[in-house]
Formats: sequence, C-alpha cells, structure tokens
Amino acid sequence: MSDPRELYQQVIIEHNKKPRNFGDLEPCTHHAHGLNPLCGDDIVLKLVVEDGLVQDIRFTGHGCAISKASSSLMTVNVKGKPVADAEVLVEQFRAMIRGALDTATDPNVLGRLSLFQGVRDLPSRVKCAVLPWATLHSALHGEDIVSTE
Amino acid sequence: MSTATAPLDIQKIRADFPTLTTPFHGKPVVYLDSAVSSLTPLPVIERMAHYQSFEHTNVHRGVSTLSQEATDRFEEAREKVRALINAPSVKQIIWTRGTTESINLVAQTFGRQNVHEGDEILLSAMEHHSDIVPWQLLAEDRGAKIRVIPMNDAGELILDGLDDLITERTKIVGVTHVSNVLGTINPVKEIIRRAHAKGVPVLVDGAQGVPHLKVDVVDLDADFYVFSGHKLSGPTGIGVLYGRKSLLEAMPPWHGGGSMILSVTWEGTTFAAIPGKFEAGTPPIAQAIGLGAAIDYVQAIGLDRIAAHEHDLLLYATERLKAIPGLRIIGEAREKASVLSFVLEGIHPHDIGSILDHAGVVVRAGHHCAQPVMTRFGIPATTRASFAYFNTRADVDALVSGILNVQEIFQ
Repeated sequence: MSDPRELYQQVIIEHNKKPRNFGDLEPCTHHAHGLNPLCGDDIVLKLVVEDGLVQDIRFTGHGCAISKASSSLMTVNVKGKPVADAEVLVEQFRAMIRGALDTATDPNVLGRLSLFQGVRDLPSRVKCAVLPWATLHSALHGEDIVSTE
Repeated sequence: MSTATAPLDIQKIRADFPTLTTPFHGKPVVYLDSAVSSLTPLPVIERMAHYQSFEHTNVHRGVSTLSQEATDRFEEAREKVRALINAPSVKQIIWTRGTTESINLVAQTFGRQNVHEGDEILLSAMEHHSDIVPWQLLAEDRGAKIRVIPMNDAGELILDGLDDLITERTKIVGVTHVSNVLGTINPVKEIIRRAHAKGVPVLVDGAQGVPHLKVDVVDLDADFYVFSGHKLSGPTGIGVLYGRKSLLEAMPPWHGGGSMILSVTWEGTTFAAIPGKFEAGTPPIAQAIGLGAAIDYVQAIGLDRIAAHEHDLLLYATERLKAIPGLRIIGEAREKASVLSFVLEGIHPHDIGSILDHAGVVVRAGHHCAQPVMTRFGIPATTRASFAYFNTRADVDALVSGILNVQEIFQ
C-alpha cells in the first residue's frame, strides 16, 4: 500500500476542513441521499439544473475526510457545467478509482480530481471516495436513495 | 507471587500467533482488534487440522468407530464449554453459529412462545445490533414494544428506574455483559436479581464477556447466556447458547431437520431432548473442537492472569491516550474491560483507521454495530482499540505514536 500521506494531501485535508458548497439548497430541481451503511458516511446532495446546466449544487451530511473532500471537490468541478460534462466526470472518476483509467497516461478531464487516484490502493476506502459521485449520478437520474453497498 | 497472578510470558504466547510474527505492510503487526475477532493461536489451528485430517466424519450418526470418536471429541468440547461457564449440565449447552444466531434462536422460540401483543422487551442502551434486531423483528411480528434501560455520559447503565421499566408486560430482558464499544462491564447479576424479583427472565450477551471475565452462569443466575467462539481465540462459525433447563425444555424447536428428532412419521415428529432439539443438521464439528482447544489454551494461561494483564494494558492505554490533546475517550465506566473507544477532534475515525493501518496498527473504526450507542453520544463513529492477552505496552505505544502521526497529517 502506498503511504497514506500521498492520499491525504493538503488539498484533501483542506477541503475536509472547509468543504465548498456545504449546506442546504432550496428550492432545488434534483436531489439524492447517499449512504455508506458499512461506515456510516451520509450525504444529501441537492442541485438546481436549468437549461441543461448545473446552476447550483450543495451538499450536507457527515463522513470521513475522503468522502467530504470528494464531495467538496465534486461540487466545485460540476457547478456551472453542462449536465453532460458532469456525467463524463462521474464516469471518469469511477473508472479512475476502479483502476480502469490512469490519470497519468489516459486522456481525461479530471484535473485536480486525480488527487483521489491513490484511493485505488485503499480498497476499504473506495466507497468513501465514490459515494458523492454515485449520489450525483442518482440525483441526475431521479433516484432518491443510493447506497454503496 | 502466586501462579494465579504471575505475569504472562508474553513472548512465548506471541510465538503462537502467526499473524503477530508475520510482517504486515512490511512491519510487525500491532493487533488491537480482538473485540472484532480474536486471533487464533497455533494449538487451536493444529487441533482443527488434526481433527479434519484424521478424525473427521459426521457426529451422532452410524456405528463406525470413526463416527463414535468424532462424536466423543465433539461432545468433549461441549463439556469444556460447560465447565468454562459453570453450567449445571452439558445438556444446557447448545451449539450455534455464534452470538447472533443464539439470540435469534431465543427470540424465535422463547420469544414467539411468550411475547404477545402489548408485551414488552427490555434492552439496555448499549446493546450490539445482534441483541436489538432479533427482538425488533419479534416485536414487529407480535405487536410488542421494545423499551430501553438508559445510560449516563460515562457509559454506565442507569438502574435507578429499572424496577419501573420492568412491568407486568415485560417478557424478557436483554443485556450485554461487556459493551463492545464502551468496554463497560455491566452489573448483570444485579439486573438479573431485580428482573427475577418480577419473574422476568434475562438473556446476557456474553460475546465480549467471556473473553475478559470469568463467567459463572449459576452465580449470575442467568436464564440465557450467549457467546461466540471467534472472540475467545477459537474459530468463526461456532457459538454457544446456554439456557436454564426448564426454559429450554419448554421452548419449541427452531430449525427442523436431522439430529433434532426422536422419530418422524408422516403424521408428525417427536423431538429429541435438549440440546439435540435445537441442533438440526450437521453441526460445525471442527469448529466446536477448535473452540474446545481455545478454551484449553486460555485456561492454561489462566483466566485471572489474562484479566490482570488486560486490565494493566487498559489503565496504561487510558492514561497515555488521555494525554493526547483533542482526544476524547468514549466510555469511562468505573468497571471496564480492555476495550477503548475514542474520537479525535476534527478527524473522522475512518481516516484514523486507514492511517494507523498503514503503520501496522490494526484497530476498528466505525459504529461497531451499535448505532444507538453512537446516537447516544452524538457521534457517527469511534476508533476502538481492544487489548488481548498477547498485547504489550509496546503495542499501546505504537497506537499512541500512530495517533500523533494522524494528527500531524491533519494539521
């Protein structure tokens, strides 16, 4: 396993401490509740989607640094973007965590989200990183509750 | 110094555990997770391998010498369990898959027979999900209610109102001997005495009790006492239900099948006497024999010496952890076994667990299958270190430096 310091980099630590777009969002057009029953990570994601754009996105809930920073960076990365672009990010983020996409060699639009690539080496934490992305996918597809189990 | 209190020969004991002598992530492992499952010492592994290699066939079947010998070894293990908890008779020792199955058995037999609409089941606020969910399933089925014995901020049950909580509708009380999260040793003898004063039987969840305490079911006057093999240095897949003879005899069977019958016709079945009545199908034979070997192993070390050693580790760890700024211990009961839960300000237990894991320190991070306890303390999860007889003060030191490293990363 790689040194946890490689994963727990300053950006992740900082987003854990001061998550962006944290809070409730009403009224919203899309929402979903993501749960990781094994460890208790819990996120509620709300979005305002208009004209095919993610106009606003906010999250509440509690979880570990990895799930919180992943949620925070996700909101930063999809806010203001077309829904289709958000879907591409969901797909590429999941591929990266599965090990099917290597951000160093494969073309991708993940940018700073590649910070989470190290989670591949921590199988017990994969669900923490993926939870917000799975929740975003559900919200965009009108599913209320998603569980990573 | 008497042999009962002489210090343990830790290095000799540690050599019996392959997990402790094999590098993990390139470092020696510091195993502080015995409350989730204890490591298995070589004599137990070898005993099971020997059984499976040379002595195995089914038990209680056929007239072959091999079958008779397998049956004898299997029943000897039952006697070892009986002696361990001082049960009056081996007939009162029922093999199950574990604590969870033992409780489900009681809920589905005693419970279905005795709990009806409007009745109450009284549980303590610090029960594991295994002593909550089986009763909720029963309560839902029967239209019965679950009531809860509260606890204070130190993690001790508040017994002042117990006599009011036990009503004429209470059909059973379920209480854990030792909390798997808080380490609290509950005054189960006192609770049983007060429940019995109102004619209510008590089930004691001994999953964390048996590994740390000398248990005497007669002295406790417990109606049911349940525990698992794998928390007592034995294998998984084997557990125990001890029950009062009159209760077990009055209870209907749970699973039907081979071994639990006297005779079967198309008109109906006559059931075997206890314990056979509750042991349908082929039991986990190697696992039962393995649990017997585990009991021999811990008794050879000495239960009193184990308790004294673990208590010393608990005190040492408590003192060292309390000195860490931003660390809060969850569960500060006056009577505690060697289970130590804590939270670190601003750092989630899963992050602590992952970083400690990299340092070779194995702890449990999460809700410990006791979410109502988490809710009671207003936290989502804790990190838990649990100490066994093979742990040392150096293991505690490794935990402390691991925690300091976590805090440094999260600065």
